[in-house]
Amino acid sequence: MTTQMSYMLPSAGYFDNWLILFEQISPYALADIGIGISIGVSVLGAAWGIFTTGSSLVGAAIKAPRIRSKNLISVIFCEAVAIYGVIIAIILSTKMGTPEAYAVNTDTEGCNTMAALRSSWPQLPGGGASCQGSLYMKNLLFPAYAIFNAGVCVGFSNLFCGVCVGITGSGCALADAQNGTLFVKILIIEIFGSALGLFGVIVGIIMSSPAYIK
Amino acid sequence: GILSQGGNTSPVPLPPPQSSCWRRKRAEMITFNLDDGFTEAVVRGYRSGILSQGDYSNLGQCDGLEDMRMHLAVTDYGNFLQNEPSPLQTMTISEKCTEKLVEEFNYIRCNASAELAKFLDYITYGYMIDNVILLLTGTLHERDTSELLEKCHPLGKFQSLATLAITTSPKDAYKLVLVDTPLAVYAQKCFTESQDFTELNIEVIRNTLYKAYLEDFYAYTQKLGGATADVMGEILRFEADRRAINITINSLDTELTKEGRGELYCNFGDLYPEGVMRLERADTQDAVRQAVESFGQYRELFQEDQFNRDKSLEDWFFEYEVKLNKLAFEQQFQYGVFYAYMKLKEQEVRNIVWIAECISQDQKSRINQYIPIF
Repeated sequence: MTTQMSYMLPSAGYFDNWLILFEQISPYALADIGIGISIGVSVLGAAWGIFTTGSSLVGAAIKAPRIRSKNLISVIFCEAVAIYGVIIAIILSTKMGTPEAYAVNTDTEGCNTMAALRSSWPQLPGGGASCQGSLYMKNLLFPAYAIFNAGVCVGFSNLFCGVCVGITGSGCALADAQNGTLFVKILIIEIFGSALGLFGVIVGIIMSSPAYIK
Repeated sequence: GILSQGGNTSPVPLPPPQSSCWRRKRAEMITFNLDDGFTEAVVRGYRSGILSQGDYSNLGQCDGLEDMRMHLAVTDYGNFLQNEPSPLQTMTISEKCTEKLVEEFNYIRCNASAELAKFLDYITYGYMIDNVILLLTGTLHERDTSELLEKCHPLGKFQSLATLAITTSPKDAYKLVLVDTPLAVYAQKCFTESQDFTELNIEVIRNTLYKAYLEDFYAYTQKLGGATADVMGEILRFEADRRAINITINSLDTELTKEGRGELYCNFGDLYPEGVMRLERADTQDAVRQAVESFGQYRELFQEDQFNRDKSLEDWFFEYEVKLNKLAFEQQFQYGVFYAYMKLKEQEVRNIVWIAECISQDQKSRINQYIPIF
């Protein structure tokens, strides 16, 4: 046990619960993984949608070339999903501070020095009252969680949005090839589907707006 | 040969090797287009080119086959009859239409993924069986081999087909020819005798081969699971029932015994097992009617027959088959559309040939007895 124990900050009253596992993860790691998930999983959803729609479009356009240009809208809707992911990733990236913030925020308040912990083990020094409001919690852990979960929120909602728009777009291309009047009607379904990604983006922005790693 | 499975002694042909079909059962919609999106879209494009009622009424009003050539040129068929010499014959129209169908099938087969290719190969086995029987019957009646080869369906041709002409007994035919083809598994059971071929012999062989093929195909589609299993299951069950009814009716008052007849029925289908049991014991047309009456979709089969002599049993079966095949297109992300397209196109060729025959034989009154598709 070295002075590195200073970053071990329990927020519950005891050391023996599972929350410690998550709090051991560096806040920087959490935040960056969240940014990675937001762009990576969104792109997965967009790609899924594009190949689903694209393969049907290519095949159907052989016998009905007129559908070529109109049905690219489905592909554009899928692409928009990836763009949402990129936008959120950029926004979240700007909230990442530098590691200089780390040293500032892990100062002792009698809460995570070796001496204090040893004397009060297994309980927190002072019963945990002062730990909740520590700088580590406020300036590092909170933004880290916010950024991570905003990333997860955006990434997965875009994943399912992309898959949904892709399958609908495939049906749209095939239906349009048979009967041109069906295109606009099925496009409405796709518009509703792409709203799903938008919901994720809105919630992600709201979640991450108070977060900033100073 | 590499395709022979000579050691198999089970009564039912071996199932095809395991494929990665697990994902189809669970996640069809999201993974189907990975491999088969393009080919499905192509086949749906072909489907939109199937002749409509308007096309048929135009064809019906033609005065001669030259007129028909002109009318077919504006449909999806295009100028396929362009290079045919002038006194056109219905045989030529039939051949060229089938040729177009074969071209479309080959295009899809070339672009097919592994699983779809296996499915399409299953479709060709039916034609292979027809060709084998054609060759054996023709040789029995001492026809010229090259003439017979020309009549064979192109999708069922395989390399050693011509060698069948020199075989005299089933065992011979199996050892020399069939053991190297995909039909080996189906032929194991019925190609064991060493007596020579006879008329009855060949009919029984045809039906036994086809029964084994249908059962294998059905087991395969059910293994694929998901929407394919549903759609193809319905179509193939009807096929099994139709064969059961036809075999029964055609073998009333012939030398085929009831046990012999019983062995030709498939082991699946809506009529299986009770209807099939009753069909096996049927002696008269009436008994056949009673056997199938309790099955809703076949109830009107024999009633309609009595009131409307123009439409035969076969026509009713064709109509029902067309209905099931049209329904196959209602679902996306499944293989049934490929099978359904082949069958609908064949029906269309039969319709065109019917109209052509009516026109050339001057029987315009019967021209509307084709089976309308769309």
